[in-house]
Parts: sequence; C-alpha cells; structure tokens
Amino acid sequence: MNRAQRLPLAHLWVAFAAFGLASLMAVMQAMSRAEVQLPARTAAIYYLSVTAHGVLTALVFTTFFIMGFGYVIARTALRRPLVGEGVAWASFWIALIGTLLATLVIVLGKASVLYTFYPPLQAHPGFYIGAALLVIGSWGWCWVMVRTYRAWRRDNSGAPAPLAMHGLLATVIVWILATIGVAIEVVVLLIPWSLGITKTVDPILARALFWWFGHPLVYFWLLPAYVAWYTILPREAGGKLFSDPLARVVFVLFIVLSTPVGFHHQFMDPGIPAGWKLFHTVNTFAILFPSFLTAFTVIASLEVAGRMRGGRGLFGWLGKLPWGEPLFTSVVLAMTIFAVGGFSGAVNAGYGMNAMVHNTAWVQGHFHLTVGSAVALTFMGLTYWLLPRLLGRELKFPAFAQVQPWLWFVGMMFFAVANHVTGLLGMPRRVYDPAYFGAAAARAWAPWTAVSAAGGVILFVSAMSFLLVAVGTALWGKRMASPPEIAYAEPLEPVPPRRSLWDRFGLWTVLAVLLVLIAYGLPLFGLLRLERFGSPGFKPF
Amino acid sequence: MKVYLYEKIWMWGSALLIVAFLGSLLATTFGLGIRPPSHVETIDPKAVRTDPRFAASGVTVRPDGSVRVVALAQIWAFVPNEIRVPAGRPVTFRVTSPDVLHGFQIVGTNVNAMVAPGYVSQVTTTFHRPGEYLIVCNEYCGLGHHVMAGKLIVEAAP
Ligand code: HEM
Ligand SMILES: [Cu+2]
Ligand SMILES: [Cu+2]
Repeated sequence: MNRAQRLPLAHLWVAFAAFGLASLMAVMQAMSRAEVQLPARTAAIYYLSVTAHGVLTALVFTTFFIMGFGYVIARTALRRPLVGEGVAWASFWIALIGTLLATLVIVLGKASVLYTFYPPLQAHPGFYIGAALLVIGSWGWCWVMVRTYRAWRRDNSGAPAPLAMHGLLATVIVWILATIGVAIEVVVLLIPWSLGITKTVDPILARALFWWFGHPLVYFWLLPAYVAWYTILPREAGGKLFSDPLARVVFVLFIVLSTPVGFHHQFMDPGIPAGWKLFHTVNTFAILFPSFLTAFTVIASLEVAGRMRGGRGLFGWLGKLPWGEPLFTSVVLAMTIFAVGGFSGAVNAGYGMNAMVHNTAWVQGHFHLTVGSAVALTFMGLTYWLLPRLLGRELKFPAFAQVQPWLWFVGMMFFAVANHVTGLLGMPRRVYDPAYFGAAAARAWAPWTAVSAAGGVILFVSAMSFLLVAVGTALWGKRMASPPEIAYAEPLEPVPPRRSLWDRFGLWTVLAVLLVLIAYGLPLFGLLRLERFGSPGFKPF
Repeated sequence: MKVYLYEKIWMWGSALLIVAFLGSLLATTFGLGIRPPSHVETIDPKAVRTDPRFAASGVTVRPDGSVRVVALAQIWAFVPNEIRVPAGRPVTFRVTSPDVLHGFQIVGTNVNAMVAPGYVSQVTTTFHRPGEYLIVCNEYCGLGHHVMAGKLIVEAAP
C-alpha cells in the first residue's frame, strides 16, 4: 500500500466503524417500534440509541466517507499530490477526537437529545464541543481540497476542472455555506448555555440556525453520490458520460439553491411568518430541477454503455449492463430508490401537505430512502470499487458483495414502505413504543410496524455482509500485482478546453451568499426584533 | 453547449412539472387559504401558568359560534387531557409549552403543530366527523415522549 492511500483509508475505516455500530442500534430500534420485547429494552436505552444512530449515520459515517472520497478524487482526478497533507491529517484527528467525545457522552446517557439536539433539551457540554470539533475538522478538509484545486489551476490555466473535482468543489462550497449556520448555533448559543455561562436559549432561533445547516447537509451527502453517478458509474458500466457540460450546470445549481430552503423543515413552527415559509418552498421546488437533469444524463449514459456492449432494441441494452459488478448494482439500486424518495420528498415540501406527514414515521421512511439508501448504498458500492484500488487487494467474498445491494434494496422496501404507511396513519416518529394505551388509531399501526421490523432485520444482514467484505478485503484479500487504476468516465463529446460560466465558482458562491442573506437574514432579523423569552435547559432523559 | 433534442424535451418537461407543482401549491394557498400554522406571538415560558392568555385552559365558545381551545403541552401530558369540541364549527387551538419542544398532532386530522416554549402556536380547523381522536406529541421531549397523549372528542352538532 502506497503511503498516499493511508489518508483516505483512515477516513473510510472511521466511517465503516460508525456505520457498523449504527446498524446494530438500528435493528433494535426497528424492533422496539414493533413492540418486540428485547431484553434490557427501556425508554432510556431507546432514546440513547436513536441519538447514537442518528449522529453516527447522518453526521459521522457520511462526513468521514465524503472526506476520504474527496481526497481520492483530488489526488486522482487532478493527478497531483494534495497540498497540505499535514493539515489533512491534523483535521482527521480533530474530527475523530470530536466524534469520540460526542459518542462517549451519548453512550454515558448524558446527551439523549437526538442528532438534531433541539434546545431547550440540554446535553452535556462534551456533546456540543465534540460536534464542533467534527465540523472544524471538516473545514480543514475543505481547505485542503480548495488549496489543491488552486495549485492545479495555476498549472492548467484556463482549463475547466475535471468533472469529478468540479462536483467535489461544489460539495465543499455547499458544506461551508451550511456549517456557518450550525457553527453559530453551537458556538454562540449552545456551548455557553450548556456550560452555564448564559442562562437561556431561544428554541426557535436555534431551530432556524439548525435547519440553515440541516437542509444543505442533505446536498453535502448527495453531491458526492452524484459525482459517482456521473463520473464513475458510466465507465464501470462500460460506456461514456452522456453530457459533461450539463453535469456542471447541475452542480452549480446546487451551490446556489441548497441553503435558502431550510424553512421547509419548520413549516409547523410558530414564530416564522407564512410568507417566508412560502419563499423557501419555491426554492425547494426549484432545486428539484437539477435532480431531474441528473436522472436524464445518468440513464442516457447507461444506455450508451448498454449499446456499446452490443445491446439492441428499446430496452435490450438493459440486459447487457454488468449486473454482476457490485459497484454497478449498488449504484443502480441506489438511484432507483432515490426516485421513490424524491416523490415522498415532494410531499414533505408541499407547503399545504406537510401537516399530514410532519414528524410522523413517513419522514423516517423518506430519509431512509434518500440518505439511508441513495447515498449510503452508493457509498457501499464505491467501497467495493475503492478498496481494491487503494489497498491493492482483490475483493474478498465477492458473492456477498453481489448479494448485499439486493438485500439492502429489499429490506429498505419493507422498511420504508411500512414507515410511509404508518406515517400517513398518524404514527409519530422517534417513539420508543407506539402502543398509546391501546388507542384504536394506534392498533392500526401494528401490522405495519412488524413489516418495518422485518425490513430492519434484512437491512442489518445486508449491513453486516458489507462490513464482512470490507474487513475481509483489508485482512485477507489476495494481493494484486497491478491493481486497477482509479479512472473516470470520458464524456461523449470532448470537454471544451476553456472554463465556461459554469466553472466560475466564485461568481456562483457570491450569488448563493446573497440568496442566503435574503432567505435567512431578513426573517431572522424579524425574529430577533420580537420580544423573546429564552428557555433554561432541561434534561428529561 | 450541445444539448440533444430528447434532453431538451426532458428539461422542458421537468420545468413544466415543477411549475405545475408550484402552481397547484400557490392555488391552494391563495385560493383556499391552506397555510401551515405560522402564528407569531411570544410568551414568557416561566410565567405561562399565570399569564392571562393561558391561566385558564380549556374550551370556550365565542359569540360568533367559533370555538377556542387553550391548552398546554408539557412534560409529559397535555392540559387539558381531554378536549370536547362540536363538529362542523371552526375550532382554534392555542398551545404553548412551559418546558421543552413538543408536538401537537391530532391523528386522522390535519392538525399538526410544533409547540415551543416562548411562543404561542395557533391552528384552526373544522372537524366534520364526530368521534374520538388520539392526540399525540410528535416532537421528542424526553423519556416519556411516547406516553404523551390526549383525547379529542368531537361531538355531533346538537
Ligand atoms: C441497518 C439499516 C438501518 C435501519 C434498520 C434503520 C432504522 C432506523 C430506525 C428504526 C430509526 C428510529 C426511528 C425513530 O424512532 O424515529 C432510525 C432513525 C434514523 N436513521 Fe436509520 N436505519 C438504518 C440505516 C440508516 C442509514 C444508513 C442512515 C443514514 C446514512 C440512517 C439515518 C437515520 C437517521 C438520520 C435517523 C433519525 C434519528 C432521529 O430521528 O433522531 N439510518 N433508523
Ligand atoms: Cu412532548
Ligand atoms: Cu414528545
């Protein structure tokens, strides 16, 4: 193993450890919601577990995976060493220490505030400090990514960045815009409050800052997955990328639109005028557009691949695709699930419809389709592709790697469909036990929570198969004399040699900042002018 | 930038779909007045039990026949725990919290609101079907979150 591979690998292993631990908690949760009486099942353990599961998946698994993947892309797409390896390692350790601190506090039962940590629930200060360190570490990653790109640009004046790097730079910009919100929330409001330096916090202000972060967070997860769909999948399928310039447009639209949408998580909140909620809703629907474009380009690229492999007829090319390749299967199933998740997302974003689903199990069904599958399953597929290339070893237990994505798909269908249904029937999310003293409404949920639990068990088997392959490859995979190289899909039409409007990151970032100032600056100003009463902390856990 | 014909059709189709979504959304907003509960009113959470707006919780019928329900969502109960309202008349719920965030969801209806300390949530609806409804807290509020429930009884209009 080459030394340069250690940095991304270190990130990936942290991500896999978080994922493994979170999966274990997840089956238990799915069963608890179906009223299965596991030993040592208590409300305290349930809420501790949901906190750990949410933090470890949404914040740790994704962030570490993306940082590791980002370093791989910067080095291989730009074909140059990273600028600031030292900073990259320091950032890794800062993020890891933060993660360990927050996890420890959660496991000790001192931070059962869920991964959204809404005040006035108050966690131990270690939780907020740990979260802050994770974010600070990720900023170090942003710095290394941008510096490396700038060094490349000096040597390639006028040329557009390779598409994979273009997508990763968009990810970096979205992440910086997003984390400003949560940094203000955690550093200005929550850390001093949890240390007793300030007495009160305004919960609605804190929620607004959280969701300023919380929605672009979704695109921080999704954009690296899109990078894989655009630049890795077509090549592994044996074809070409259908359109390089449109992909650039897509990433730029995400930079502009991903932040001024956060109020769609606060439709049901008091204190925020309906007009501002509507403004965020319009932006939210606008951001569907780049995802529609992605669907076209990716499917067209697959068709190109199928035809290059000799497929004929309207659908004959489908059968020619490499269904035995774990990367291919994972990513195609991830995309299929995403199409379903997109529809339930449009319902969530429906200004008038949200009342039917807000904070019900529907939402839990929705985000397991999106981040829990479209993103997570893409990352699992990428792992099957990356590990042999980074470790120089063959994939161990390839049969497991082939079956695992299908298990995830099936398990998720049970899990997510059941949760969407119970949500429509009014079952709240985040409840330890939905019996509600035998109320008639609650009895109607029971058959579906059982389906969801069955899905959870299948998902758990899938998760363990994934980890078996990953760990098996690292320990026992056969060494390869010359591992396959990390290479990206060629576009059908050659990329123009000069940067275009869609490569001007500075310009688009300015536009994005202006939109954030309008979408958040004005309503927050209005909120701050109200006569507000803060809340002291509560620890009812 | 070269854009193929099929790609153009798809782009226009997607744009149209989005416009149609937004159009129907704006039509229901401005035509039918369907808006999420977005009341802006603050209150001191430490003084809710003495504040005249919340000192007496319960149901009152106002001169115009509309109904007003004043309730508290608190760790881990709704006060009052059982609410009786008539069918077929607009009912306005006013809810706040003296402690943490809670949710106020009436299962099987379109009543769903976040309840935050320091703010007054307000939501208006008309119940058409008489019967007994389950009220649940749908925002995590600590160890008793899953037992925080109440009952709404909609009585057939006399
Ligand atoms: C083994 C597969 C998985 C199963 C069986 C599973 C199951 C669950 C269950 C039962 C809950 C608790 C719901 C509640 O009480 O409201 C939950 C919450 C959650 N899951 Fe998963 N999950 C899995 C994988 C994932 C993955 C891969 C991700 C994301 C990458 C993810 C992200 C989340 C998040 C963000 C929450 C929300 C926690 C909260 O409400 O505070 N899960 N999951
Ligand atoms: Cu509650
Ligand atoms: Cu609750």
